[in-house]
Amino acid sequence: MRNGLLIDYEFCTGCQSCEVACQKEHGFEAGTWGIRVLDEGPWEVDAKTMNWNKIPTPTTLCDLCAERTQQGKLPSCVHHCLAAVMKYGPIDELVKEMDKKPNQVMFVPGPYICK
Amino acid sequence: MTTTPKIDSGIEDFKNDLGKPWRYEEDGYTVTRACAWSAPGCHPVGCGVKLYVNKDGILEKVEGDENQPITQGRLCMRCLTLTDFTYHPDRVIYPMKRAKEDRGKDKWERITWDEAYDIIEENIQGLKEKYGPESIVVFGGTGREGGPMCGPYGAAMIGTPNACYTQSGYACYIPRVAAGTYVAGVTYPEMDYAGGLPGRYDDPMYKIPEVMITWGKEPLPSNGDGFFGHAVIDVMKRGSKLISIDPRSNWLSTRAVYHLQLRPGTDTALGMAMLNIIISEDLYDHDFVDKYCYGFEQLAERVKTMTPEMAAEICDLDVDDIYGATRMYACADNAAILWGLATDQKANGTQSGHTIIALEAITGNLDIPGGQLLGDVSDSLGDLGFGWKELGPELQNKIIGLYEYPAYVGMVLNSHADLTLEAMETGEPYEIHGGFIASTNLLAGTCAAQPKRWHDAMVKLDFVFAADCWITPTIQCCADVILPLATYAERQSMVGTHYGASPNMLGAVVDAVKVGETKGDLEIQYELGCRLNPGTYERFKDFEDFRSEFRLGNLGMSYEELREKVVVQRNVSYKKYETGKLRPDGKPGFNTPTGRVELYSTMYKQFGEDPLPYYEEPQRSPVSTPELMEEYPFVLTTGARTYAYFHSEGKQIPLLREVNPDPLLEMNPKDAEKLGIIDGEWVKVANEFGECQLKAKVTPIVKEGVVHAQHGFWFPEEDGEEPHLFGVWRCNINELIPHKFVGKLGFGAPFKCVICKVEKLNK
Ligand code: SF4
Ligand code: SF4
Ligand code: SF4
Repeated sequence: MRNGLLIDYEFCTGCQSCEVACQKEHGFEAGTWGIRVLDEGPWEVDAKTMNWNKIPTPTTLCDLCAERTQQGKLPSCVHHCLAAVMKYGPIDELVKEMDKKPNQVMFVPGPYICK
Repeated sequence: MTTTPKIDSGIEDFKNDLGKPWRYEEDGYTVTRACAWSAPGCHPVGCGVKLYVNKDGILEKVEGDENQPITQGRLCMRCLTLTDFTYHPDRVIYPMKRAKEDRGKDKWERITWDEAYDIIEENIQGLKEKYGPESIVVFGGTGREGGPMCGPYGAAMIGTPNACYTQSGYACYIPRVAAGTYVAGVTYPEMDYAGGLPGRYDDPMYKIPEVMITWGKEPLPSNGDGFFGHAVIDVMKRGSKLISIDPRSNWLSTRAVYHLQLRPGTDTALGMAMLNIIISEDLYDHDFVDKYCYGFEQLAERVKTMTPEMAAEICDLDVDDIYGATRMYACADNAAILWGLATDQKANGTQSGHTIIALEAITGNLDIPGGQLLGDVSDSLGDLGFGWKELGPELQNKIIGLYEYPAYVGMVLNSHADLTLEAMETGEPYEIHGGFIASTNLLAGTCAAQPKRWHDAMVKLDFVFAADCWITPTIQCCADVILPLATYAERQSMVGTHYGASPNMLGAVVDAVKVGETKGDLEIQYELGCRLNPGTYERFKDFEDFRSEFRLGNLGMSYEELREKVVVQRNVSYKKYETGKLRPDGKPGFNTPTGRVELYSTMYKQFGEDPLPYYEEPQRSPVSTPELMEEYPFVLTTGARTYAYFHSEGKQIPLLREVNPDPLLEMNPKDAEKLGIIDGEWVKVANEFGECQLKAKVTPIVKEGVVHAQHGFWFPEEDGEEPHLFGVWRCNINELIPHKFVGKLGFGAPFKCVICKVEKLNK
């Protein structure tokens, strides 16, 4: 079973702790990321509604914190997430979690099959 | 499946460090558990950290400590990058001196602590003898231990009454504390987020707030006063509903049921209208009002003068939203207002604070679970008043501003910021000759309004010393000696929510590593105090003895015991106005002259202020100065917080700078189009007081006609010498903030409500 990251973007605040936690965990310099928080907004749906979602997206460098998870530890981004909106685990369990509330997204990072 | 060990997860089949001792060994590291506070600067949140120190004594990594009951392993990017801060090549880790004629130049020379103390002693004692101790000013900042210690640094360590937080009108926190103190006899009613309860949100004593209002506050990045901002998210996941009152849409306001996007500076009008609705629709708590409020009838009369329709007009809001949000707040079983800095940042701020306390009181939300938690009478702003008594009446009465603004100066024992600048400039009421820059970068658009005036006044001083981690523009222009300041991983101290004035938690700050020859503020205060003002310190046996009185005061525990526990949650009790815990005499009620929440404030009246809230337009606005609007068509608000920086701090840290590389001016797309400005273009922002350059960020989060500017920028990578000073003047938004546009009591200044124009740079 593959492992993945499940992120609740209703409550992801865009704090970018995941980005920096990942950079520090992997020793990435500025300009290199294992995950990036994409800004889906802000734009006005109507005069009273602003659409603004922060979608943390693992990059090709995300190895799901192989070293940490082998030791039984959580990925660094999941551990430090300020809004506690990230979950890590086998995708069948994450799918069950996904069914519990809307506005979640699951990523299953891994090597590209095209290369 | 595994997730973070957060209270709201429930799935925990992974390895964690729950239950580990304060210090342990792991994979070749010595790991120290501690609570984070200063340096780097931050509010006293005391987030739990695990500091991993390798065999060579180097701090290699920092992780969040899942044992800390409030933060539970979570960290923001500033603590995550602590190692980059700690070992940055620009960091000051040894004492240094510079000849007076070399001020402004990069000609620092390493010296020993003894030599540094000798130079300081010789110069400060010389100035004290020649011009009197009052001729020395301690310039204090915020977010470091040296911030609240500004008063003791002055009164106790040096023996001068003039400790000065240099923000015009002390427009940060203290106006709110003043409203709390004078109206209700409490320091600051904070939202109750179960920080002191062992079971946190599931504790049987607790109830999540049905409704929260964020009012002029962005708690997620700011963590104001030690409130862990993401607690708002914790309770929203558990069902709390949100109302946001803010001129900007921030991410959080997009999750609010109501977002009242008011015109900057008009909060008091809104607060009065909300009180009006609650009283006229009979939505208030009769029992609480009858038993515990004073002056309800007068308040009711006063707020009749502000109808919701008038407020809608003044605040540029839809009147139905004012009604809807007010009813939602007043009808909730329990509700909390998170009131922020923005309420302080206008001359009318004291009145905003007054309306907010009145709202909390008449709805019966004071000191109930999930409402506004009050500190009991023994909880206080720990450092306040240390050394003051020993100054004696003659020096006490010399504190600058005591006669002009007694409600400000007498309450916080700080010299009045604006009048202190005037004293430095004019020599009235007496000349200022010496300075100590204690953890403030006041020139960098952080706190001082009109920073060039402060610069010109500071470079004239005869002797200046500083304690900091960095050579900031403020230090570079005028300091003669720098003392290297420790980070929280290098010193022993304590951190408490609201500087100890809120019953949430206290945590140990623990030295896990040694870097150069840095010292903490506590040690500096004690060691220099013994030299400069020995009378005040001779009652202490040694440093430990001093620390336990000064820092651990009423904790009833030694530092070693606290360190062992790492975090102590404080006893929480509710409705303390029934049990007598809010008053020193143990009687029920509130600690005010009438024993009640004074909706009609006898204290304000005594100080010559209107005892009831009233609305006053910002001094510059489309309403008060329509004639200026053609030239300066935008309302300017400044200073919203970001995750990357604590005010001016952190610009050298590459992973932080990457997140927020340039100072931004947020403007509405329609305004940008009119001016032909495109996103990412550098623009000039100017008004009658000053100008600066910022990078345009075209975004609908501000309404048409409103712009928001980031603050606190300097550029450590640029030329640091005078006159460039790390580019500190180029993007300095506080140049546009006027001097002494303060309220009647001396509080508040329009950092969030002036006017300006915006121009393309190469027109
Ligand atoms: S799982 Fe690890 S590698 Fe992947 S984004 Fe998170 S921190 Fe980076
Ligand atoms: S750390 Fe969590 S809340 Fe912050 S941006 Fe990443 S996913 Fe969102
Ligand atoms: S809020 Fe951020 S900087 Fe402040 S103590 Fe917590 S993690 Fe550190």
